[in-house]
Amino acid sequence: MPAAFRRLQAWAERRLPALTRYKRPESLPITLHRRRVYIVPTAFGIAFTLLLLVMLLGALNYANNAALLLTCMLGSACTASMLVAFRSLHRLRLTAIRHGQAMAGEPMVIQLVFTGEDHTHPSVHADMDGQTETFMVAARAEAWVSLNLATSQRGWQPLPRIKLWSNWPLGLFHAWSWIHPDHAVLVWPRPEPAGPPPMLQGEQDLRRRLHQGEDIAALRDYRAGDPQRHIAWKHSARHEHLLVKDFEQPEAQEEWRLDWRSLSTLSPEARIARLARWLGEAEAVGRPTALWLPGEDIGLGHGRSHYAHCMNALARLP
Amino acid sequence: MICFAWFRHRHREPLDVRPFDLLCLTVAVVLAVHAPHMPAWLSLALAATLAARWWQRRRYGGRAPIALKIPLVALLSGAVIFHYGNLFGREPGAALAVGLLVLKLLETETTRDARVGAAFSCFALMSALLFDQGMVATVLVALGLLPALATLRALEPAHAATPLPRELLPALGLLGASLPLALLAFLFVPRLSTPLWGAPNTGQTRTGLSEDMSPGDFTELLVDDRPAMRVTFDGVLPPPSQRYFRAYVMWNYDGRRWSHLGTGGAPGEVEHGSVLTSYTVSLEATGQRILPALDVPVEAPDQARLSSDHEVLSASPVNATLTYSLRSASSYRLEPQLDERERRRGLRLPAGFNPRTLALAQRWRTEFGNNDKAIVQTALKLFHDGGFSYTLAPAPLGRDAVDDFLFSTHEGFCEHYSSAFTVLMRAAGIPARVVTGYQGGYWNELGSYLLVRQSDAHAWSEVWLPGEGWQRVDPTAAVRPERVDLGAAAAAAQESAGWSPGQWWLGMRNQWDVVNRWWNQGVIGFDTLRQHGLLTPFGLHDTDPGMLGLLLAVGGSLFAALGLLWAMWKRPANDPVRTSMQLLERRLAALGVVRRHSEGPQHFFIRATRALPTHRAELEVLMRTYLELRYAYDEPPAELLKNFRQAARDFRPRRMVK
Repeated sequence: MPAAFRRLQAWAERRLPALTRYKRPESLPITLHRRRVYIVPTAFGIAFTLLLLVMLLGALNYANNAALLLTCMLGSACTASMLVAFRSLHRLRLTAIRHGQAMAGEPMVIQLVFTGEDHTHPSVHADMDGQTETFMVAARAEAWVSLNLATSQRGWQPLPRIKLWSNWPLGLFHAWSWIHPDHAVLVWPRPEPAGPPPMLQGEQDLRRRLHQGEDIAALRDYRAGDPQRHIAWKHSARHEHLLVKDFEQPEAQEEWRLDWRSLSTLSPEARIARLARWLGEAEAVGRPTALWLPGEDIGLGHGRSHYAHCMNALARLP
Repeated sequence: MICFAWFRHRHREPLDVRPFDLLCLTVAVVLAVHAPHMPAWLSLALAATLAARWWQRRRYGGRAPIALKIPLVALLSGAVIFHYGNLFGREPGAALAVGLLVLKLLETETTRDARVGAAFSCFALMSALLFDQGMVATVLVALGLLPALATLRALEPAHAATPLPRELLPALGLLGASLPLALLAFLFVPRLSTPLWGAPNTGQTRTGLSEDMSPGDFTELLVDDRPAMRVTFDGVLPPPSQRYFRAYVMWNYDGRRWSHLGTGGAPGEVEHGSVLTSYTVSLEATGQRILPALDVPVEAPDQARLSSDHEVLSASPVNATLTYSLRSASSYRLEPQLDERERRRGLRLPAGFNPRTLALAQRWRTEFGNNDKAIVQTALKLFHDGGFSYTLAPAPLGRDAVDDFLFSTHEGFCEHYSSAFTVLMRAAGIPARVVTGYQGGYWNELGSYLLVRQSDAHAWSEVWLPGEGWQRVDPTAAVRPERVDLGAAAAAAQESAGWSPGQWWLGMRNQWDVVNRWWNQGVIGFDTLRQHGLLTPFGLHDTDPGMLGLLLAVGGSLFAALGLLWAMWKRPANDPVRTSMQLLERRLAALGVVRRHSEGPQHFFIRATRALPTHRAELEVLMRTYLELRYAYDEPPAELLKNFRQAARDFRPRRMVK
C-alpha cells in the first residue's frame, strides 16, 4: 500500500499542477492561505461517514425522526469540523528558520519559527523527511519547532519540502499544505577518521615563539632572563629567593598553519577531509590555526567562531 | 475499520489519561440512556465493569488479559440470551451492543481503539432513540454526543490543556454551530414512503384501551399518565360533560368480560342537529385500529371508516403518532329504529349468572311497566344513594361479579359501574351496551388544546330508548360527578386524602405537556406527507424527492459559504490604545488637524496643541498618557489604560472662534 500510494503521489505531483504549484522554493515569510490548504477525509473519517450513513438509513427506515435529527446533528457537526481543520492551518506563517551546524552524515537541527494569526492553531504537525513534530501556535504568538535534517555530503543543502498538516479537531479530516522554504544550510565536510599530523615547515618552526598565556598557573624560582615585571614582589618578600609568576602557556601554543597546497598528493575531497580533521583536532585543544585555501586565506585564530569560519570555507569549496 | 498502512504507526500510540476518561464518560452516558429498557441487573453489572476498568487503568495501566475478555463476552451473550431468549431484535440487540461497548473498553489502549469506541458510542446513543423518541430522551441523547466528540478531540495531540468539564464546551459549540445545517437536513432529507426492510415493528406492549373489558382491567390504565391524544377544536371547546371520546362499543358479555365485536355493517342512522363540532386529534401510537372520536362522530377521516356502532376504525394499526380531523354531533338521535336482531343482541345475558341482579331488574320492570326512562333513573338513583363509592382499588369480585358489586362490595370505578348498569338494563329488558373511550382531559391554555391522558380512560353505557335511539348514560357520574369534571385520579384522590402533592405535580406536567406537543407535531410527526406539503406556503403543493434534494443542496451550499466566511474571517487585533487614538485623530481631523502618514504621535499632538491652544492642557495630558502607554511598559497598567480611554472619549475639541 505505501508503495502504491507513493506512486500515486508522484503521479499527482506530475499531473496536478495545482497541488504542486507551491512546491517551488519560496522566500520567507510563508503564509498558508486558502489556495494552498487542502483537505481530504482521513480513513477514520471515511469509516465514520459509513457509520453515519447506516444511522441515517436506520432512522429513515424506522421513520424515527428523533434518531434522524440526531444523525443530522452529528453529520453536520462532522462536516463543520472540516472548517475547523482548515482554520487550524489557515494563515499560519513560517517567519524564520534557524539551524545548527553539522558535519556530513550527522543530523542538523533545523528550527522553524511559526507565527500564529488572530486565532490559535492547535495540533499542527510538521513532516520533514519522515519525521514528525507536533506543535500548537497560540494567537499572535510564536512557536519554535525543531526538526532534524539528515545530511550526506558537504556543501549547500537546500531544505526539503515540509508538509504541515492537522487532523484537528475530530480526526475526521486531514488538512495539509506543503511548504518549500527557499533556504539552504551549509553542511560541513566530514573529517577523515585518522591520519598523520600536519607536516610543519621549518620556516614555521623558526617563527615559533612562546605564546604568553594570561592566567597565573604557579610561582617558581627566578631564572636569569625572566622579565622583571613578572617577579611577584609581595610573595618574594616572604621567601629567600625571588619568585616569578609563571603564566600558563597553552599546550597548543604551537600554531598550525594549514595549507591546501601542502597536500597536493591527495584528491580534493581527501584534502578537505584531512584539513577538517586537523581543524577539529586543533579546535579540541585550543590551538591557533590559520588556513589557506584556494580563493580564501584565513589568518591565525582560535575558538568556536574561528573554527566555524574555517569549516564553512572548507564546506564551500567547489 | 479501514486502516491504511502509513497511518498505522500513529494509531498504535498509547492512549493518554484524558481521552480515556472522556471515553469512559461517553460509555457511561450510553449505559444511562439504555438503562430504562435493559434489565437492572445487566445495567448494574455493566456499570460495575466500567468502573472497575476505569479504576484498574488509572491504578495499574495495561489492558485486560485475553483470558478475561473471552469469558466476559461469552457471559454477556449468555446473559442476553437468558433474558431475552435470542440475540436479535431491538431489545436484545441494544443490550448486546451496549455490553460489547463496555467490554471494548477493557482492551482500549491505543488511539485507534478509542476512535472505534467513540464512533460506536454515537451509534449506540442513536439506537436508544428507537425505544423512546420523546423530547427529553432526545435531548439527553444529544448531550451524550458531547463526551463522544470531546473524546475524538482529546485524541488529537498538542492542544491547550483544560480541565475535564471544559473539554465538553468545544463539542457543544460545534454541535450548536451546526444546528442550522442539521435542521435543514432534517427538513429536506427525503423520507422513505415505505420501509426498505422489515416492518417498523413497534412491538412494544402498549397499555391503552383494549378490545375487551372486565372489571379491574382499567386499574393500570387509570394511573398511567402518559398522553393518549391531543385535541384541538376549531370552534368552542365542548363543556366537560360532553367530552366523551368514543372508542370501542361492546356488546358481548360472558359473565365476567365485555368484548367488542368487529361488525362490518354500514354505520347506523344518526339524526343530528346542524351544530357540529370540528376538531383535530393527534393520537399517540396505540398499535390498534380504533381512532377515538368525540361522541358521536358523523363521518370518518381518510383511510378510516365508520363502523355500524359509530366507532372510527383506521385501515391500518396506528404505529406512529397519527393526526386526523373529524366532525361530531353533541346532540343526536342514534339509530332511532332498532331492528329485531340488534334488539336481541342488546338484551343478551349469559345464563346462570347474577340471579339477585336479574331479580332486582324484574322487580323494577313490574313496578314501572313500560316506562324505560324511569327504570334508568331508578338505577342511577341506586348508584347515587345506595352507598356506592368510587375507588381505584376495589375489593375483588366473585363469580357473580355484578351481584357481588351491587349487593356487597359497593365499590369500584367506571368499569364496575358501566358493567353493572348495562347488566341491570338488559335484565330489565332495555337494550344496552358498554362503550369505552376517554372522558375529560386537561385544557392547555398555552397550546389551546385538550390533553387526554391514558388515565382519562373511561367506560360508560348506552341504552336504547324508544324514539330516542341509543342514549349515553354514565353511571359513574351518578356516584361521583367529579369523575366527569376532574378526572379519575382526582376523584380517587378525593376519596382518600383530599389535596395531594401528586395533584400539584400532575398540574405542572399538564402545563409542560405543551412542549411535548410541539415536539410531537414538529419533530416526531414530521412524516412524508408533511414533508411534501412543506412548501405549500410558497405555492409549491407537492415537493417531490428531487426537489427536496435540490433544496438540500442549495441550503447546504449556503451554509458552506457562511462557514467559509467564518473560517476565513480575520478578526481585527484588539488594541484599545489604537482604537482610542483613532477616535482622537478623527475628532482632531474634523477641526482640520489631520495626522500625516509619516507623523509620529508626539509631533502630531504638538501640532494639535498649536492649532487648538484652548485645549492645550487636555492635549498635553493625552499626549503624555499615550506615550507612556505605548513606550513605558511591556504590559501597561489597566488603570492608566482606562484613564486614557476615558479621556479620549471625553475630549471634544471646539473650533476656535476667530
